[in-house]
Amino acid sequence: MNKVRTTIFHPLHGRLGAKFGEFAGYRMPLTYADLGATAEHVATRTSAGLFDVSHMAVVDLVGPDPAAALETLVPGGITTLKPGRSRYTFFTNEAGGILDDLIATQFGDRFSVVVNASRAEHDIGHLQLLTDIEVVRRSDLHLVAIQGPQAVELAADAGIDASALTFMGAMVATIDGHDVAVTRSGYTGEDGLELALPAEIALGFAEQLLSDERCTPAGLVARDSLRLEAGLCLYGNDLDETTTPVEADLMWAIPSRRRAAADYPGADVVDRQLADGPGRVRVGIGTDQRRPVRPGNELLVDGAAIGLVTSGAFGPTVDRPVAMGYVDPAHAEPGTALTADVRGKEVPVHVAPLPFAPHRYHRG
Amino acid sequence: MNIPTDLRYSTDHEWVRVDGTTIRIGVTDYAQDALGDVVFIELPDVGTEVGAGGSLGEVESTKSVSDIYAPVAGTVSLINDELANNPERLNEDPYGDGWICELTIGDAAALDGLLDAAAYTELIGEA
Repeated sequence: MNKVRTTIFHPLHGRLGAKFGEFAGYRMPLTYADLGATAEHVATRTSAGLFDVSHMAVVDLVGPDPAAALETLVPGGITTLKPGRSRYTFFTNEAGGILDDLIATQFGDRFSVVVNASRAEHDIGHLQLLTDIEVVRRSDLHLVAIQGPQAVELAADAGIDASALTFMGAMVATIDGHDVAVTRSGYTGEDGLELALPAEIALGFAEQLLSDERCTPAGLVARDSLRLEAGLCLYGNDLDETTTPVEADLMWAIPSRRRAAADYPGADVVDRQLADGPGRVRVGIGTDQRRPVRPGNELLVDGAAIGLVTSGAFGPTVDRPVAMGYVDPAHAEPGTALTADVRGKEVPVHVAPLPFAPHRYHRG
Repeated sequence: MNIPTDLRYSTDHEWVRVDGTTIRIGVTDYAQDALGDVVFIELPDVGTEVGAGGSLGEVESTKSVSDIYAPVAGTVSLINDELANNPERLNEDPYGDGWICELTIGDAAALDGLLDAAAYTELIGEA
């Protein structure tokens, strides 16, 4: 049995009256007392939410050309990343399946990736296949995300001025003599930052951010409803080793250079699916009812199963249940009426365009 | 944790207000706190006959789905229609506007199996 781990911010969660749940082997805050998931969600959309995302792994790739090395495992444009830029990509296998999704950042003097907690051990083993690259897990760095329209101003007032960055920009700030890696990114659809805090200042800086009345602590339940409204995938739900970038509607993350070169794992499968059409495709699932549609619910047309829900929650911003799933491409057009089988109850749903709530990234 | 002394309680964290052969049912403050934000409530139909422990519907929160159980046998005589459109009332006012439904019961002696406030307080470890 693996021991359930806690993050460096655990004492803070305790003081804030968090309700905890286990996620990827960590005891993580689900919601906080006196707030609740809905209030945390709304605070993030309207002001700023602070998320402990330190269960995610920061992994440095050290060597002569880490970007070129990483490109052998992912289909993203990594060698073209300029210093101070981040990019979303994913590891693929020979069948074109997605092994994990990740953010790669070129800091100039440092090249780093952030991978999902549930896949960290797998991904580190996978990266160790690279020759001439040392894989260094940065357990000394602890990630938090500040998300929302007030996030950048809030961070600036706390000593990290990232106002010059645009969406997916990266920089290194200094707090009390410690380097803090900053990216203008997140998982909510809002403007915001992710900060890699050294252990010496992690707890103190999080407390300082929360001492500002514009900042609300937000747990995993709010994180899920925020990313769902933003149409962002959760690995293990919406993506796994059997889903390809074509099926997952993630071809925007594969630039034409990589598509033409077809030099990444599974490129032949991706090309074939692009030519012939995939057997299923990821779509948004909306409903005018209030009953939430949940992962595992079957999607039906005229009583026949044509798809499966992979994520679902109540979306406080759109004030309706929000979900994503995979459907037969014949039924993937936005507006197509479907039925969801929610524990034996037939709930009318429809294919919805993603995102449910518009992205509000700072693109400069 | 608010546990009114004029109510009876079930071990499923529901409260019962007894008025002759009519009982009003809801979930306790402890239950609403444990559930988290309620986003959907499925109410029973008026006229539904239910045995003790039978399902009266579902409460779905941002975190989980839970059944509403009949604390004693009876027939649904009234439902809180307002709650279906405003499920957050179950969190805001669990003993008031957040009530779920009323049952007409045949056997008042069945209520003797329910807990009083002191016993319920002990059950949830608040004593």
